Amino acid sequence: MLTEQLFEGKTIRLAPPDAERDAETISKWSHDPEYLRLLSADIAKPLSPFQVKKQYEEWEKDAEKHNAFNFAIRLKEDDRLLGFARLYRIEWTHATGSLQIGIGDRNDRGKGYGTEALRMLLRYAFDELNLYRLAAPTVEYNTGAIRFLERAGFVVEVRRRQAVQRDGRRWDAVMLGLLRDEWKREA
Amino acid sequence: MDVLTGNLTRLAAVNPDTDAEIIARWSRDSQFWRLAHTEPAWPVAPAYVKRKLDEDPIERPRFAIRTLTDDRLIGLIGLYTIFQAQREAFMGIQIGEREFWGKGYGTDALRVLLRYAFDELNLLRVSLSVLEGNERAARSYEKCGFCLEGRERHAWAYDGRRWDEIYMGLLREEWQALGKED
Repeated sequence: MLTEQLFEGKTIRLAPPDAERDAETISKWSHDPEYLRLLSADIAKPLSPFQVKKQYEEWEKDAEKHNAFNFAIRLKEDDRLLGFARLYRIEWTHATGSLQIGIGDRNDRGKGYGTEALRMLLRYAFDELNLYRLAAPTVEYNTGAIRFLERAGFVVEVRRRQAVQRDGRRWDAVMLGLLRDEWKREA
Repeated sequence: MDVLTGNLTRLAAVNPDTDAEIIARWSRDSQFWRLAHTEPAWPVAPAYVKRKLDEDPIERPRFAIRTLTDDRLIGLIGLYTIFQAQREAFMGIQIGEREFWGKGYGTDALRVLLRYAFDELNLLRVSLSVLEGNERAARSYEKCGFCLEGRERHAWAYDGRRWDEIYMGLLREEWQALGKED
């Protein structure tokens, strides 16, 4: 339906990023190396609230060029920040993009917030931006993320063998992909 | 041994003042452009190329491919994304001068770049992606030891259909083992 809500879910809301308001919380999350290592293969390092604001400014530059769409995930009940969801590296000519979702506090994981955010972000990508496919990069050790993405219809497409070094071991960088036709709307 | 010199080619600094005109000429060849870029094919002016080259960060290795016989600029090659802590880089190559296609110049430059990546930068792996149907490039990568690691399905749209993006990778130890066979 054209009038259906895109940003209001059952328990969460996709809100515009607000670094002024949220920098302290995001800075706190960045002191949890497990969170950072599950999020990406980038070098894990804690960020000050000032550095968080700088990073959000960078993300906003991409958003202004329409190469990225960034959201804060907030709990509807009390407007508390739960994490972020974003579409980035959008190539309009080919109607493709990548996605990333993070739930910052480990006590907020496993409660369905990420699943709801993913469902809403996919709907935004396919029904509003009219993208044709999405990619999601992760690492072999993040089996939770792989299962989470597979439930929504993503399939593992690429394994860059031994591309990630952590704790003295080499892990595959795993790239998943989802075509619009395969998207499980209600998953 | 000069780490940047091969049997047919050498890797040299790109000189925006002298090379921009040649690189801009390649952009008139739309078929070449599709193989070399993901942006829509687009003829660009030398001034635009020069500005882009001037903006190139110094820490990103990008080289001009020049022939050893007459020092002619025939293409570009480089490591465009380096993940420092992971010691992985993505590479790209383009041979703009068509008369040098299919004669081993690209493969030679590729071998030189791999030596630079593994012996100079001490990387653990080199990654790349190639458009489905670009057989010439895929063969050259296989010759240098790259193996298929997957395909991003329908990643590109051209001529009313979708094309896969094929991912290939080469590990340092695989590359070293190849050297011993030669």
